[in-house]
Amino acid sequence: MIRFDRVSKRYGEGRDALRELSFAIEKDELVFLTGHSGAGKSTLLRLIMLMERPTRGQVEVNGKNLKSMGSRAIPAHRRGIGVVFQNHQLLYDRSVFDNVALPLIIGGYDHREVGRRVRAALDKVGLLARESSMPITLSGGEQQRVGIARAVVGKPNILLADEPTGNLDPALSAEIMQLFEEFNRVGVTVLIASHDLVLISRLHHRILTLRDGGLVSGAPD
Amino acid sequence: MARAGGSARREGAVHSHTGFYDRYHAWLRHHRLSAADSLRRLLDKPLSSLLTWLVIAIAMALPVGMNVALENARSVSVSWDRPAQISLFLHSEISLEPARHLALQLASRDDIVDARLISSDDALAEFRQLSGFGDLLDSLDQNPLPNLIIVSPASAVAGAQMESLQALLQAMPQVEQAVLDMEWVQRLTGLMALSRRIVLAVGALLTLGVILILGNTIRLAIESRRDEIVIVKLVGGSNSFVRRPFLYTGLWYGVGGGLFAGLLVSASLWFMAEPAHALAQLYQSGFEIRGLGIMGSLNLIILGGLLGLTGAWLAVSRHLSEIEPR
Repeated sequence: MIRFDRVSKRYGEGRDALRELSFAIEKDELVFLTGHSGAGKSTLLRLIMLMERPTRGQVEVNGKNLKSMGSRAIPAHRRGIGVVFQNHQLLYDRSVFDNVALPLIIGGYDHREVGRRVRAALDKVGLLARESSMPITLSGGEQQRVGIARAVVGKPNILLADEPTGNLDPALSAEIMQLFEEFNRVGVTVLIASHDLVLISRLHHRILTLRDGGLVSGAPD
Repeated sequence: MARAGGSARREGAVHSHTGFYDRYHAWLRHHRLSAADSLRRLLDKPLSSLLTWLVIAIAMALPVGMNVALENARSVSVSWDRPAQISLFLHSEISLEPARHLALQLASRDDIVDARLISSDDALAEFRQLSGFGDLLDSLDQNPLPNLIIVSPASAVAGAQMESLQALLQAMPQVEQAVLDMEWVQRLTGLMALSRRIVLAVGALLTLGVILILGNTIRLAIESRRDEIVIVKLVGGSNSFVRRPFLYTGLWYGVGGGLFAGLLVSASLWFMAEPAHALAQLYQSGFEIRGLGIMGSLNLIILGGLLGLTGAWLAVSRHLSEIEPR
């Protein structure tokens, strides 16, 4: 589903953010990506999202080589990937419903379909009752769940999460991880960047560990 | 739609819109949504929107108003059906009776509508009255003014024909000098042409001004929604998707500006109508100020919309591509 082949990323003349990185994530897998801050976790996710392009090497997502993807193809590529951000990236002047509906509006769904899907996604994250609230009135954990609902509402086959439990207490973090496991069970490929080693080592999934832009464990031989 | 939704569940959202029909409807839906949303955003801040509308309206009303005034002036100048006259100054030895005879003779010509005699005595009396040199004139022992015939050529006589008529009259033995009073018509025509150029230049400058004002307004709107644009791009919004609401914002600013410009022009004309009518009556003319009319107002609104779109397009194409998720 996601395949990196000897991928390097260098910013300007500085050091390499990623060095000769090779790994593959198969369909239906849930994989954690860990490492110290600055180890290259975010860079890796940004390459998958096409927010950056690799300096060398090939990235393949959904069976497509991203190198051959021009800038006009980027929006459609991103619509196929659900992303959860550490800082939620919600629109604070719109209701919860409108936030979750955004990918569907972009996709051009008609409003009945939008309503149906948004409510299904909010139901899954347990926020159906808050659909008309403004995000600012929600707690951090609830805002993160709005972000997750938005990531899954378009039914992507890949779900990326960048430190999704970064600002949450352990109990809430466990709940959020449980949500990701549920999506993974229905066939979504999930890649979660997290430095919460205590939490992720309890969950028994493959863990990719990055150090200084290189992979130190987790890649199959 | 149901079919597309079904395939979406199997293959993910990327492939949800396969048919042209679905894509067209999605496109149309987003246009409707953007248009309504942009208008709502403007109406949510009525005061600042009103100020922008008025700025645009004033910039548009100025050249349009000048042009309307010019059109009115042109209709007045056209309505003078005898734009030129020929003044025949007779030799001083021609006395009143032969002069009167000559006037009658000239008036009977086909190419002359009227030949009016102003006798030297009448001319002197008029001059005395108008110039205020009464005492000076009294000291003269004889009237220095000649008899004068003012010839009004038929309206069909124009241009070169007018000059050949002048030459013909000049050649008459009684005539000392035949003066074609065309200079003031030429001056008026020249003045009108100059005014038209000035209106065009002012119009071009203010059009540019309107586009720049709108471009800047849209730039600020883009800046204030930067976070939203980043998020929309992150979840897969295309450039045209992001662009659309801003183009509509420009359109609404322009259309509103055109509407207010129409109102401003109409209000100024209404304000001027009474004195203009009074002035026209002094000249025994039935002249009435003509306004923009429905078509003119409509054109103004369309023009405003186009300017708005242009300004928004400039701003959007310059600033939107700079905003990328980092």
